[in-house]
Amino acid sequence: MSNIAIQFENIGKLYHLGVVGTGTLSHDLNRWWQTRILHHEDPYLKIGETNDRSTKGSSDFVWALKDISFNVMEGDVVGIIGKNGAGKSTLLKLLSRVTAPTTGIIRAKGRIASLLEVGTGFHPEMTGRENIYMNGSIMGMTRQEITKKLDSIVDFAGVERYLDTPVKRYSSGMTVRLGFAVAAFLEPEILVVDEVLAVGDAEFQKKAIGKMQDVSKGEGRTVLFVSHNMAAIKSLCTRGVVLQNGMVVHQGSADQAVDFYLNHAAISQEGNIKDAITDKKTFITIDEIAINGSISNQVTIKSNEEFLDLCITGHTSEPISAEIKLFIKNMSGVSMAGLVEGRYKGISTKFPAGKFQISKKIKIPHFVSNGDYYIDLYLHQPLIQDFFYAPHCADLHFEGNFEGFGKPLIGRTDGFFGLETQSDEN
Amino acid sequence: MHQKDWTIVISPQRRWFDIDLKNLWRYRDLFLMYIKRDIIVVYKQTILGPLWYIIQPALTTIMYMFIFGGLAGISTDGVPQPLFYLAGITLWNYYSAAFTASSNVFTENANIFGKVYFPRLIVPLSAITSNLVKMLIQLMLFIAVYVYYLLIGTHATINWSILLFPFYIVLLAFHAMGCGLIISALTTKYRDLTFLVSFGIQLFMYATPVIYPMSTTSGKIKTILELNPLTPIFEGFKHGCLGCGSLSWGGLLYSSIFMLILLCIAVVTFTRVERNFMDTV
Repeated sequence: MSNIAIQFENIGKLYHLGVVGTGTLSHDLNRWWQTRILHHEDPYLKIGETNDRSTKGSSDFVWALKDISFNVMEGDVVGIIGKNGAGKSTLLKLLSRVTAPTTGIIRAKGRIASLLEVGTGFHPEMTGRENIYMNGSIMGMTRQEITKKLDSIVDFAGVERYLDTPVKRYSSGMTVRLGFAVAAFLEPEILVVDEVLAVGDAEFQKKAIGKMQDVSKGEGRTVLFVSHNMAAIKSLCTRGVVLQNGMVVHQGSADQAVDFYLNHAAISQEGNIKDAITDKKTFITIDEIAINGSISNQVTIKSNEEFLDLCITGHTSEPISAEIKLFIKNMSGVSMAGLVEGRYKGISTKFPAGKFQISKKIKIPHFVSNGDYYIDLYLHQPLIQDFFYAPHCADLHFEGNFEGFGKPLIGRTDGFFGLETQSDEN
Repeated sequence: MHQKDWTIVISPQRRWFDIDLKNLWRYRDLFLMYIKRDIIVVYKQTILGPLWYIIQPALTTIMYMFIFGGLAGISTDGVPQPLFYLAGITLWNYYSAAFTASSNVFTENANIFGKVYFPRLIVPLSAITSNLVKMLIQLMLFIAVYVYYLLIGTHATINWSILLFPFYIVLLAFHAMGCGLIISALTTKYRDLTFLVSFGIQLFMYATPVIYPMSTTSGKIKTILELNPLTPIFEGFKHGCLGCGSLSWGGLLYSSIFMLILLCIAVVTFTRVERNFMDTV
């Protein structure tokens, strides 16, 4: 029987929204009077609400986490899954003792090392070697421990040549590698990792994931891992916990948790497609993005629909030569289909300065499956530049086409669309 | 629960006075690294390096000689002006630097504190220690000037009470840290204090016998100045090396008790704030 490594009991974390630090002196005094002197319940705790960002709450206090109770066994690798703002990072912060819970208690056995960021405490003026010592001791290693592991750390990070160069001369990739290398050679009983793997090149990511696997499998350590990368969760973790609006909505094996998340929790909030725009060139403004005539980011493609009409209108202060590029991705973030005609055919449309409108009528494959997908949208000049990027700008629900038995294909088992055969008889 | 061997328990409540000395000791290497970092970082990419620490008090002394010694004509108790001012400035610079560093603990380390747990007291402790290096360099300047006056045979008397110098420094360090920590705990919530601190420390210098001897004061002003817990330290130091000022055991006792109370309040506020400071900063 394995032992409990971490026990979360009724953990709650209350946050005060808005500006903290001005005009709160009276609140502070009132709170202090009520709780410390009169021993009443904290008046500001009662009005906390669940953490749902989309609805505007009536109070200034919000529960980022509420009633979190679960156990983590020794040697488990637990993936914490949830949308942005579901409370994942708050949970890790509590466990890393960066901030204290408002209610409840966490008990843990062994040293906890948290990797909420790599290279914490790195100083740009110090050399790689000095920073290894700095970062290592912040993480709780002693000088001798670091000296003993210095060679392996340097080797893992691949920075031998630059060891005595100030870190400010490092590339960002090198800095990240160095930071992760130090963390990888910590030997805590419990390792807490927040999406730090999202940085670094592919080769290094592989190495980092491999190292994490060593940590959990080979040496019987407990790992808590937060990521949006469902593939990484599935391959690394043994268990999964799904958070939604600050509450645990599912726990179980990693595969089950990922499935639960994709089916229930991943649907994003309603809004407009153009809200998702990031990295926009300043000379361009986008007035409207519409799919099938609707600007909402919740798009349903009915069984009989043959086209996906995409229309972008906006204004440019410089003449541009632009094309639409888009990818349809499944909820694990794998690209299922792409519209990259601009690059493929080497074409793009020229627009003079002023108002512009680009529309595309995209043909939907005949045997498209039933399922949920989302769209990453770009406006670009093929191979030259992106005018804007709108990741996850709309959720796409395909009802799926069907003939014959009247049942559509199921995206998760049958693929994005069904293959068709050519019959010679006709 | 059948398991009683939890090593870490994280809960909302904590005792009022809670410094985990064992934990602090476990992180002693971090303490040393912080000191090393402070020292390395200051000299990187400077041509004169540590010389800057000497130039600054030297110029300040010349300025004081001109303004306070010359224009205002404030007495230095018969001690040569450069010696008198340097003695005050050396001590005061240390106090002021240690205080400022401690009062910035939370705001300057917000990034690190937001990511990793370690006993936060490490940071102010290392700050008051690394500033000692700067103080020692400035002390060299003082000693050099002192030796010069010794050689030309002008007034300068040293006596046994200079042996108390390390004690003075410890007192100053913890006064600075105590005061600084209270301010730093408050600044996480009320940012106004950062403005107060920068000119408050300047004003405080004039309420301390740094550039004037206590012997020039009298009456009410003298009583008020004697309430300043730093007064006995500055007077004692000048008494030990310059033969002016006065050595007051009562004053030093007062200063020590004041320091201990200040430190207790500081640790209590600090440990309370450190728990949730990430939510308010």
